[in-house]
Amino acid sequence: MIDRKITQQISSAEDLAKVAAEQLEWQAQYQHRVFVCMGTACQSVQSGAVLAALQTEIKNKGRENECLVSPGGCQGNCASAPLVSVPEQDLLYQTVQPADVEEIVDALAGKPVSRLLCDNKGDFFSKQNRVVTNHRGLLNPESIEDYIAAGGFRALLKALAEFSPDNVVQELQKSGLRGRGGAGYPTGLKWSTVAKARAEQKYVICNADEGDPGAFMNRSVLEDYPFRVLEGMAIAAYAVGASKGYVYVRAEYPLAVERVTKAIRSAEKHGLLGNKIGSMSLDFHVEIRLGAGAFVCGEETALISSIEGGKGLPCPRPPYPAESGLWGMPTLINNVETFANVVPIITNGAEWYATIGTPRSKGTKTFALSGRIINTGLVEVPLGTSLRQMIFDIGGGVPDGHKFKAVQTGGPAGGCIPEEHLDATIDYETLMELGSFMGSGGMIVMDDSSCMVDVAKFFMQFCAAESCGKCVPCRVGTAHMHDMLDRITKGEGTMEELGQLESLCDVVKFTSLCGLGQGAPNPVLSTLRFFKSEYLAHIVEHTCPAGVCAPIGQDIRRPTCALSP
Amino acid sequence: MSVKTRAIRKIDAVKVPSDDKRWLIVAAAMRKHGSAQSALIETLHSVQSSFGYLDDIALAFVAHSLRIPLSKVYGVATFYSHFRLKPQGKHNCVICMGTACYIKGSVKLLQKVDQKYGLKVGNTTSDNQFSLLEARCLGACGIAPAGIFDGRVLGNLSPALVESQLDSWLKESTANETKSPS
Repeated sequence: MIDRKITQQISSAEDLAKVAAEQLEWQAQYQHRVFVCMGTACQSVQSGAVLAALQTEIKNKGRENECLVSPGGCQGNCASAPLVSVPEQDLLYQTVQPADVEEIVDALAGKPVSRLLCDNKGDFFSKQNRVVTNHRGLLNPESIEDYIAAGGFRALLKALAEFSPDNVVQELQKSGLRGRGGAGYPTGLKWSTVAKARAEQKYVICNADEGDPGAFMNRSVLEDYPFRVLEGMAIAAYAVGASKGYVYVRAEYPLAVERVTKAIRSAEKHGLLGNKIGSMSLDFHVEIRLGAGAFVCGEETALISSIEGGKGLPCPRPPYPAESGLWGMPTLINNVETFANVVPIITNGAEWYATIGTPRSKGTKTFALSGRIINTGLVEVPLGTSLRQMIFDIGGGVPDGHKFKAVQTGGPAGGCIPEEHLDATIDYETLMELGSFMGSGGMIVMDDSSCMVDVAKFFMQFCAAESCGKCVPCRVGTAHMHDMLDRITKGEGTMEELGQLESLCDVVKFTSLCGLGQGAPNPVLSTLRFFKSEYLAHIVEHTCPAGVCAPIGQDIRRPTCALSP
Repeated sequence: MSVKTRAIRKIDAVKVPSDDKRWLIVAAAMRKHGSAQSALIETLHSVQSSFGYLDDIALAFVAHSLRIPLSKVYGVATFYSHFRLKPQGKHNCVICMGTACYIKGSVKLLQKVDQKYGLKVGNTTSDNQFSLLEARCLGACGIAPAGIFDGRVLGNLSPALVESQLDSWLKESTANETKSPS
């Protein structure tokens, strides 16, 4: 593959500007640039073969000196994978097969291949506001040179040269950024707590243990912008006075693991991580740690025990990790997307960031749209966008003539929001009022073919299986709630049990040790609130209106065999 | 287990359980982290990626080398669902059971495998041809329902697609058998 590699150390803003200018100049010698998405979704439909075919085709045509084909990042509309983009023509080709590459190469200077065109001016793209994913996939995720050319690491060197650590924290506080892992704790406040703590050693941890089923924003951000996440972490390390960092990634994300590992190595090689970053006083070493398939490790104290090499069991808070975290030291722990937001805040200023979003929820948020929706994929919208805009404008609505029923946000700790609340805005408080949760950003759309009792049972089964077992309400409560829901879906539930289910939800919600147990009842509570009629249909009429527990119109109770005693 | 464990306890920390080259990878992984006790999970990852699963010998070796009680090593190995204590089949089929996949019918995929091959989640066919596993979420929700077949993520699966993939593995193995001289 043709790629330009720099070898020099970058020790000042001038060096960085020089490298960026050289890289841009190198890129400019190519008249045409083509990016092939190399995200997980596109790779699963052989975008790697498309990339190879494009490179061979260009070589065969002897056009290597004018066309540059690079692996790119996620464009967002994973439903139309594999995607190929031609930025200078502002074109996006969808469902490209290796057989199509000849036409695409021929069309580089002329008329686009209309049968493959994807409408990149439509609502799916135009209604988004990309801050975290601003390069729209037009960046080779593995090339530090490309990242620098696109303005990368400028924020870090700017912070080191122009800001005191206090100023960075203040900037973050002014921006109004809140934790993107779900709970929405003000990031600047967290940073200032760690900064104020007195200790010999402090740590910065990037929480990339994206365990919510139906959420893949962090995977995408890590895969596409590994350098930006590392840059955000380095700025955080400077602000709070840490010298060691960890990225805790799920082992289920092999591509993200590979890219972050490479990114760490190449940033270290160029003096942008490690000792004396940018020839200044900041030392910051980053290591990667793999999760091993435990949902509870997304909880910060459990994640810390896992990095320490033990079982991922949560601990009571306080003390918060900001005071006593990894190995008892003050630890700053933020989500991938939170760190990715730091770079634009430092580059463009807190005032700029604070203009996006709502008064209490600033900025943008990435969401993973999936389920029964036409445009599945990754989207980024300003907070304050309504659910209706999200699902019907950006998402394109429900396919196959089915009727929208509910949207589930916030993973297993979230709730299902029905059609009458679709005009609610997406922000931390509104979702909470609706009995749901921002969560890390999964958004799963359900239509009339989904049974809400069955969905509640699905989440409860998940929580019961993933409960770490440390505290009783969660360990025993989730298992009991699952049994009750199971009985209801089999037509064995009673009205009395339904009342018991509700009170058990309260017990588990208010007495569990960590977020897993505290959030586990939410899917049940929200479906009971908005879809009680479905529970009643199962209990009183023994039918499943959606036809999941038994075909529509049939009794959901197990047929009794005439021969059995 | 106890007899075997006692025997292994005698092994020196640097001495690996057998002259299998893969132990060197494991030993290197431990050295990389300075044989610190906090490297337990990383070490178990390296054992699993080298050997495919964690057996008693491996657990005892890791416990001994990192100076961690075997009970704790066993506790960690069983706490995390990624670690497997049983050998896996030659091929590996993982079906995603995340919310998006569930909504789009991943249960039907598992039913198909059970119905056609009599294989339930977590088990391996009796001829060791393939194992069926489920995943919490692969993060490939845009192409739900998704699965991983021998490390390759495939999306928009249907029961028929899963069946044809599994059949191709079976065909390949019968083809190999007829080729072999025995």
